[in-house]
Amino acid sequence: MRVPYEWLREYCAPDITLAEVEQLLTISGTKVEAIHHHGVTGLESFVVGRVLTCEQHPDADRLRVCTVDVGGDEPSQIVCGAPNVAAGQTVGVARPGAVMPDGTKLKKAKLRGVESNGMILAEDEVGIGQDHAGIMELETEAPNGSPLAAVIPISTDVIEFEITPNRPDCLGIYGIARELHAATGAELRPEPWAEDPGTGGKLAGLEVDVQSPDLCPRFTARVFEDVTIAASPRWLKARLMAAGLRPINNVVDITNYVMLLTGQPLHAFDLDKVAGGRLVVRNARDGERIETLDGETRTLDGEMVVIEDADGPTSIAGIMGGARSEISPATTRVALEVATWIGHNIKRTSNRLALRSEASGRFEKGLAPEQALWAQAVATKLLVELTGARVAPGTLDAGPFAVQPWPEQTIVLREQRVSAILGMEIPTERQRALLQALGFTVEQSDAGLAVTVPGFRRNDVTREADLIEEVARFELDGLPATLPKRRGAGGRLSTAQQLRRRAVDVLVGRGAYEAVGWSFTDAALGDRLRLAQDDPRRDTVVLANPMSEEHSELRSTLLGSLLDVARLNAARGTSDLVLCEQGAVYQRGDAELPHEHRALGALAHGHLHQPTWTIAEPTTADFFTAKALLGAVLDTLRIEWSVRRTDEPFLHPGRAAEVLVGDDVIGWVGELHPLVCAEWDLGAAAAFEIDLDRAVASAVAVPHYADVSVFPPVRRDLALTVDRSVTAGDLVEVVRASGGALLADAGVFDVYEGAQVGEGKKSIALRLVFQALDRTLADADVDPAIAKIVKQASDRLGAQQRV
Amino acid sequence: MIEKIEKIESDGLTAISAATTSDALEELRIALLGRKAELPNLLRGVAELAPEERGAVGKRANQARGALEHAIDAAKTALSTAELEQRLATDTVDVTLPGDPPQLAGRRHLITQTIRELEDVFVGLGFTVMEGNEVELVHYNFDALNHDPTHPARDGSDTFYVARKGDGQQPDGSSPRDLVLRTHTSPMQIRAMNENPPPLYVVIPGRVYRRDSDATHTPQFHQVEGLAVDADITLADLKGTLLRFAQAIFGGERDVRLRGHFFPFTEPSVEVDVSCFNCKDGHLRDGSRCHLCRGEGWIEILGAGEVDPNIYDYVEDDRYDAEKVQGFAWGMGVERIAFLKHGVADLRLFFDNDVRFLRQFG
Repeated sequence: MRVPYEWLREYCAPDITLAEVEQLLTISGTKVEAIHHHGVTGLESFVVGRVLTCEQHPDADRLRVCTVDVGGDEPSQIVCGAPNVAAGQTVGVARPGAVMPDGTKLKKAKLRGVESNGMILAEDEVGIGQDHAGIMELETEAPNGSPLAAVIPISTDVIEFEITPNRPDCLGIYGIARELHAATGAELRPEPWAEDPGTGGKLAGLEVDVQSPDLCPRFTARVFEDVTIAASPRWLKARLMAAGLRPINNVVDITNYVMLLTGQPLHAFDLDKVAGGRLVVRNARDGERIETLDGETRTLDGEMVVIEDADGPTSIAGIMGGARSEISPATTRVALEVATWIGHNIKRTSNRLALRSEASGRFEKGLAPEQALWAQAVATKLLVELTGARVAPGTLDAGPFAVQPWPEQTIVLREQRVSAILGMEIPTERQRALLQALGFTVEQSDAGLAVTVPGFRRNDVTREADLIEEVARFELDGLPATLPKRRGAGGRLSTAQQLRRRAVDVLVGRGAYEAVGWSFTDAALGDRLRLAQDDPRRDTVVLANPMSEEHSELRSTLLGSLLDVARLNAARGTSDLVLCEQGAVYQRGDAELPHEHRALGALAHGHLHQPTWTIAEPTTADFFTAKALLGAVLDTLRIEWSVRRTDEPFLHPGRAAEVLVGDDVIGWVGELHPLVCAEWDLGAAAAFEIDLDRAVASAVAVPHYADVSVFPPVRRDLALTVDRSVTAGDLVEVVRASGGALLADAGVFDVYEGAQVGEGKKSIALRLVFQALDRTLADADVDPAIAKIVKQASDRLGAQQRV
Repeated sequence: MIEKIEKIESDGLTAISAATTSDALEELRIALLGRKAELPNLLRGVAELAPEERGAVGKRANQARGALEHAIDAAKTALSTAELEQRLATDTVDVTLPGDPPQLAGRRHLITQTIRELEDVFVGLGFTVMEGNEVELVHYNFDALNHDPTHPARDGSDTFYVARKGDGQQPDGSSPRDLVLRTHTSPMQIRAMNENPPPLYVVIPGRVYRRDSDATHTPQFHQVEGLAVDADITLADLKGTLLRFAQAIFGGERDVRLRGHFFPFTEPSVEVDVSCFNCKDGHLRDGSRCHLCRGEGWIEILGAGEVDPNIYDYVEDDRYDAEKVQGFAWGMGVERIAFLKHGVADLRLFFDNDVRFLRQFG
């Protein structure tokens, strides 16, 4: 909303600077987005002058050489190109030093050899209009050399406001003046519609049939005869221009002017072109077409509203008029329509047609039906004054509101509630004064202030809480900054939240870059990951209205986004990379809400690091890289876990495992299938993904102390030959189970396959640690334990001790 | 006799201090204290002295032996230390070579880092951290937050709706519109109150979605919701809480201001600005206009307000009665805070995850 400051000040003119006005309105909710300047600057250089002489330029057919009295001792010689300049005219003069609206500074000049000391002004040169056909002739008695700005509006600041959707009343300048009045206490001039030169009662010559009363609470019209279409006066054009609207002709300009002032859009018809003298307000028919004022043909649907005459639709209600009945230079009879429409219906129509106008932007916020007659009153006054029109007696007033006006609501405001909500004391008198300044009627009642809400605030103020806001927003500047009492508040992260942070930190601490990928994915991800048709990860959350095919579903695994990020970085030159991500994954399921859990994943691609001065050929990511990263996370969180060979369609079939906590599978780890890597243009990569919520739930968050022995451990190495099919995990499990209470630790430190152990066999070397809490162990303690281990390994796994 | 002992001692000490190698010292040790040396022999001969001499001579001989032994040990230590130092001095490495094996510095994502910073600030102010579903019922996302049925935010041009499974189409062919990707973290206000009686102090970080995509909007982004409800939580308390937040995140000199605004689920509603941390009153030191706050001196960071009393009507727990409790709520954009604090040029960079971006933060 662009508001020329000089116009605003016609209704409320506080004795403070523009910066202070900006500050006060911004804080109280009418936010100033920007302050522009419209018109000229350097006002002292713009003066009133009289053309004394006007001669043909000796060397230019189109130029005249004028002498102009601008109030000094000597007249100024000015070369002028306007065809209408003549001796005896009173004109506006820009003297050297003047700054024009586009910022150029006027200098003394020679035009075709003749000195020119300034410029005789045309309207467009001072931002008053778009007319450049000739210079402005002024009708003023102001002395020569007196300030031009006192005669015509050539300069104003323009405030651009952000108006919140609950305040359509502030889409009119008078509404903002009311805010300024409340914010400053400066006098608010009477409502410009207080005096109405029109009359009520039946209107002859125009009828309306409101067939869509649900969408048209009020439809009013007046008729004007003997209208002379012409240009608007300069003051009016200047205000429209400053507000960002283009002057067209006096009738259209008046409708725009009144809309800017009252917030209520109006529409003028050429009454002689309203076929049958009768208008119908009705829902459009599906597929019905109309040509709007902008020359476009629009196709409507049944929820849109049109206004039609005997020849068919003439406008799209609340949005744009039709070409057929528009005001033309020949118009003499004007029907002025001012109606109220239902906001969300206008919004819908405007969205569907992708057609926005000054009118639709106001109607879609929901205007008060009372505003219709305000606009009629102001427009009537201006049409009579400025177009020579006669207002026909009567006012057409139709629609539900015309039959039964909507009541004004009275709400009780308990004064102490205001202070209780704000946390600062606001005296009752101050509350009352603010509400009255905003147009509310306030009476004292036993329960508190009885506040009656004016129609133009009906949609926004319906409860005590809304009244509290009306007071509060003018007290925000002085609001203290206190802290809540915090009774019973104990701020902390939950154990799960702490552990999740730790899980990410473990990976980051091992060189991983944390990615935050898109929740969105495409429908083909399941295919690219080679998922079986019945894989539960194909049960995705599908969007009804995605922004693109690539983002049409929610991901059921982190793997897609990890691969996407790896591909992007590989394409941009970083192939050797460890990535991790923590984030939600989704499966639609059958419950009311889809299943969501937080997953943690990591992906290693290429070399684990760059070659160094000691390591010429760094290791590349493989199964054990991914497993080591996974292990670092799970071990840090003190989670008892294991792995088991598995098949995942996107993993290398020989290098894939599922991750178990107890008997629960919480994820997978492995080398990615070469076909999957190829799909993402990647080389070999390894990854894991786990359900972090479940992992964290089985973490030992509060470890219990175990005694630490002061006696030295005994370390023994043991090599066992087993069939190739026996896993290290199986063997360690048997060793641990059979090692007895003294076996403190057992781990694999070597695996050997080859001639020395024979075909189909392998040797696994174990490091065993024995320790007791109460004594130093002797061979006599350890030897039987080892013998038992060897026997159990032999019995259960066919292991042979290597010697 | 004693003179002889003293001579041996003083000659010996002189020789020890003159020795320059460990070998020379070893030879001296044998010469002075070895089996064939003079002093031990003297000691052995003490028994043959007159009884009145024995004590004094023996004592002096022992003293001399002790002094020599001590001097040899000390000289040996000094010599070996010197020899070690000499050896080490030649054993040098190029200290400018990289450490090895390489210990890589990974990075947390800037969004994670920012969320953690925010969580920590509010935990310090007494809030607990809650999380919630990203796919949400229309009821919690809109209805229970006072969005009337025609509210424009519900429009399919602004909000992602979830398609119904299988043939879940309505008879008229449209999709039922009961599930959305939450457009804000605010639906968790009702859920948090359903799960916890007052007094309640929670912050809710999380991912949210809107159908918007340009340099300053991405269809997914993150918010941190705040909610405090007790018998007497005021708008002034909101200001104080957010002042602490602004100072913690943007620097101790920051101020905040509240501006009247409109949101459907707070009353009064405010937008909160933080004083610009890039300039003074909108202007840089060279007098030019600050690009960050556009010369205003204030930067909008979030929307907030007192919880609208209607909201409590949607809570299942009767203890949330608008006549008995009141509170404040806010919703802040994580990307916006990170973007302002770190000067990120384009919001889309957050989700590209180019390592050249990632390694700059976290």
